[in-house]
Order: sequence, then structure tokens, then C-alpha cells
Amino acid sequence: MANIMYWEAIQRAHDEEMARDPLVICMGEDIGVAGGTYKATKGLYEKYGPLRVMDTPISEGGFSGLAIGASFLGVRPIVEIMSVNFAWLAMDQMFNSAAKVRYMSGGQLTAPCVFRAAGGAAHQLGAQHSARMEKVFMGIAGLRVVTPSNPRQAYGLLKSAIRCDDPVFINEHELMYNMKGEVPDGEYFHPLEGSEVARAGTDVTLFGYNISVHWCLKAAEILDKQYGISAEVVDLYSLSPLDRDGIRKSVSKTHRAVIAEEDEAPVGVGAEVIAIINEECFFELDAAPVRVHSALVPQPYNHTLEKAAIPDHEDVVKAVLRLFGKA
Amino acid sequence: MKIEDKKRVLREMVLHRRFEERCYQAYIERKIGGFLHLYPGQEACCNGVMEAARPGHDYVITGYRDHVHAIKCGADPKEVMAELYGKETGSSKGRGGSMHIFDTDKRFMGGYALVGGPFPLAAGMAKAIQLKGGDEIAICFLGDAANNQGVFHETLNMAALWKLPVLFVCENNLYGIGTSIERSTAVIHQHKRVAGYNIPADECDGQDIEVVYEHARKAVDHVRAGNGPFFLELMTYRYRGHSMSDSRGYRTREEEEMWKQRDPIFILRDRLIAEKALTMADFEAIEKETDAYIENEVIKFAEESPEPRVEDLEKYVLADRESQLPWLTGKAA
Repeated sequence: MANIMYWEAIQRAHDEEMARDPLVICMGEDIGVAGGTYKATKGLYEKYGPLRVMDTPISEGGFSGLAIGASFLGVRPIVEIMSVNFAWLAMDQMFNSAAKVRYMSGGQLTAPCVFRAAGGAAHQLGAQHSARMEKVFMGIAGLRVVTPSNPRQAYGLLKSAIRCDDPVFINEHELMYNMKGEVPDGEYFHPLEGSEVARAGTDVTLFGYNISVHWCLKAAEILDKQYGISAEVVDLYSLSPLDRDGIRKSVSKTHRAVIAEEDEAPVGVGAEVIAIINEECFFELDAAPVRVHSALVPQPYNHTLEKAAIPDHEDVVKAVLRLFGKA
Repeated sequence: MKIEDKKRVLREMVLHRRFEERCYQAYIERKIGGFLHLYPGQEACCNGVMEAARPGHDYVITGYRDHVHAIKCGADPKEVMAELYGKETGSSKGRGGSMHIFDTDKRFMGGYALVGGPFPLAAGMAKAIQLKGGDEIAICFLGDAANNQGVFHETLNMAALWKLPVLFVCENNLYGIGTSIERSTAVIHQHKRVAGYNIPADECDGQDIEVVYEHARKAVDHVRAGNGPFFLELMTYRYRGHSMSDSRGYRTREEEEMWKQRDPIFILRDRLIAEKALTMADFEAIEKETDAYIENEVIKFAEESPEPRVEDLEKYVLADRESQLPWLTGKAA
């Protein structure tokens, strides 16, 4: 096991896959000569050259479509969207071309294209650089959506996404690129479907994904030490499809659920997980499930307002205490 | 063009015309649903360019007015008609419809219904050709109105920057849906718009197939020789409305009549007659044979083909699950 950073894990996945297959290429803004905004493609330009590590113009719609067209002919492009906010400009091609082409061609064509984007709210980046957009992507038929919460997942999910014949959107997080974690030394393919029990517990399930897994883990620690509540943390690394079995199994064990999401609540991950709980195991519930989520505002610049808009582990703790009638 | 080729293409163009007219009739009879965009009037564009290119070898992509492009690339008219009928035997197994004809065996890479959407897809296919080192080219057929989308400019920039082997064919039929080019576009002659990207461009009459062919040959040769993209503008006209719901109230009947005097099929027919390679009786026989073929084979096949099974509703959303298990479960060998 190597203890490496999230960006290093992503870089390693690129490097291994590009060394293996000459048709794996990557493209995006500043990913080549400049080495990538988050260093996720560091050193690849020098190693693989400009034909395979493409510094693109700032044309998200154009280069996303170009990647999809290349994937029609067997190329495996990894597209970096510098900030997920810019993905709005790429969505026409991602949704209308990549996600639908297999269906509307009756299975003749597929777009095995990987889109990675730095998502999440960082620090005071304002309304147009702080969007959480996972809920937009997870509602699209024909597109897989995964979101790594640690370096092991960041490495293994990218490896699997490159090999998979479906288009995959990988939602990363701006605040997590320097996070360290254990990654297997040997080649590792993380499942693109399912969920992971990040911490076992018996009294309540805390559902998180990406950064909110860490809020949940911290909250579980506090709940255990200060309140004697045993919380299970389920990491929903696959947002599309969501793991119905994993959600049912955990809630059937704990009978209580809190969903923590960095996104705003309407039409979001929490809403979807609660719908699945209702459909799969409603009569297992001892209390109504609760969402912990951002305020429905364009992200404010002011530090205090920003902090107020985004939840954290304390909000998860409070939500659990309310569930148990302790707050 | 050689006489024999011209005679063959005349027969093909008659098929293309009669196929589309038969679609119109089937639509009125409610055999075809959805939107239907027909090609009559523009036949010399697709045929002239593809005579200069290599159908089935070069990768072709276009918008929603796509039946004739697919057939010209080698798609079976029976399967195209079955697609319009929504049948399982259709070229996209009834999942695509008129706007989404695909035949990837023939390298017809599809019809797409977002105006301008195919631009970057075509450049991407050219990128793949460049990486793999083949002698194919990518050909993108779109209308003039697509050039008002942002991706047009984004794609031209990247195609020129990376010298991609892609030919952009602009079929300038003077209307974007129901808005004339004068009312939507600051520049009528579209080839002028690409000069800013250092892409060589040409413009010619899109009604005379021999003119199209001569210009297309230079364009295709330029791209195939590895000189990067080329933009070819063909001045043409669609006889019917944008789609079936269009009563053409935005243009005059005089204008339509003027263009019908320059009908691409009649231009070629009359030239062959003048060259003593064809008689009017020959032409009438071609029309008759074509109609019989469409009725007895194409329509019959579409009518008699089965519907897709409802159990297969979700088939083709994602890749076949069994083949993807190592990546879905993480249990790679």
C-alpha cells in the first residue's frame, strides 16, 4: 500500500492506462504543458506527447464533443473539465451525444468516454465556481456517475471508467486533491456500481458520497464517543446507478437514515435515496429519514455566508440527535 | 464525371427523390411518426460529394435530414424505411427514428438532431483517424443555420489547430427552419466565415452534380493528403418545408418555382440526353423501376417487419452488462 494524494492517484491511473493502450488519450484546459490545475495529469505531456495529452482551447462544448467523436472510433478519451461549473457548456454533447448514442443507434455505436470534473465548493470561489452538480448528471439515462471519496477510489474508479464501454462522469472535489490515503501497489479496479460500508454501525445509517463521507465519518466518531450512538457510514461512490441493495441492507439493519450531501436539496441525492428507502424498505424505518444539505442559494463569496450555506459534520451530528429526540 | 458514373448516379438520385416522396405519403398515412425532414432539391450535394469521396470507407455524419446520406453511404433503403416505421429491422432497431439513422458498418455514423451537434463529433472522428493513422477522412454534412451555433466556431478552431482530416460540407439551402438566411445570419456566403480560422474554403452551385463533384474532389483530396480541414459550401434549396409541420409561409411560391427550374435530377437527366447517353424513355423507365422497387421491396419490408419487443425497452441504454462485469464489480482478472 502506498500512502499517496488524491491527485497522485488520478495521475497514476492515467499513466498506467496510457502506457497500456495507445488509444487512451487525455484532454482539457492546461492539462499538458502546464501540468494540470490540480496536477492530475502531471508529467504525462512529457511522457506521451501532444497528440495524446491535448491542451485544449477554452471550448468545453467543442472539446467534449470532439472526445465523444473520437470515442466512436475506439479511442478512449479522458476529458478533464477544469471546474464542474464549466460542464454546463459541455452537457449538450455529454447528454445528447454520449449518453444517447448507443440507444438511438440501436446498440451500434457507443461513447466510451470519461469526463472528470473538479466539483464541490472550495474557498470563496463565488457563485460560478462553486456549484455542486452531481444531481444534474445522475438523472441522465446512458451515463454512469461515480464520485471518489478517497485516493483509492479516485485511482480505481478512473481505471474502471477508462475500461468500461459506457460514458462515465467522475465527480471529484476541489478540496480533496491533496488528501492522502492508502492505494494498493498493484493494479486495482474499483467497482463502478455498488456502495461501500465505510464504518459499520447499528443505530443509524449516515449516507454520504465524496466529501460528505468525511463529514459522516467524523460525525459517527462524535456520536459514538459523546452520545453512545453507533452510526454506520455508507459511501455512495456510485451515484448512477445508486445501490438499491446496499441502501436497503443498511437501513434494514439500523432502521434510521440521514443523507448528507453538499448539493442543494431539491431533486438531489438525498431525495433519491429517500425515495429508494421508501420503495425498498419503508416498514423497516423507525423514524422519517432526514437530509443534510446546502442552502438553496448561489454560493456566496463572503466567508461567513459561505460557511453558513454548506453543511459539515456538526450538521450531521445535529440531524442524528434530532432523530433520536436528543436535540 | 464519366458517362457510366453519371448514369448510375442519376438512378441513385431518382431513388433518393422517390424514397423521400414516398416517406411523405407514409407520413400522411400515419405510418411514420415524429418529425420528418425531407431532402428533395438537395440531392446533388450529398451525391456529388460522396462520388468524390469513398462511401463505406470515409466516416460520414450529419444532422436530422439524414436518410439520403445514409443510403448513399451504403445503408439498405429497406432498413432505413423500416426505421422510419419504428420496426425492429430498422437501421437503429426502431429506437432512433427519422432523425437518427445509423449504419456503422457502412461508416455512416449517424444523424443527430441538435443543430450543430455533429461538428465536434466529426472533428473527434478525424482525431481518431489521425491517431490510428488511416487514410479515411471524416465528412460532416450540415446546413447553413448550424453555423450560427457556438460549436461551429469551437470546432473549426480545433480542427485547424490540430490539422484534423475533416471535410465540412455546408449545404446552404437558405433557410434555418422557417427563418431565411438574410434574417438570421450576417454573412450569406458561409465559406467566408471560415477564413478567420485559416481553413481553405470553396463555394459552388449545389444543383449541378458535376460542378459539386469537381469542387468536392479538390476538397476531398486536400483533406486526404493530410493538409487538415476543408470547408465546402454548396448553394442549394429544399423543396419541402423544414419538417412536415411546415407550410412554407415564410417564402414565396415564385422563389420555389425558380429553384425547381434548377432541379438537380433534371439537370443531370437533360445533360445525359444531350450527350445522347440517355433518352426520355430511359428516364421514365428508371422512375418506374424505382417506384416498383420502393413499393414492392422497401415499403413491403417495412410494413411486414416486426415491432420491437416491449421487454427490450431498456436494451441499448448501457453496454451489455455481462461484457462489462469486471469494471462494474471491480473483479477484473
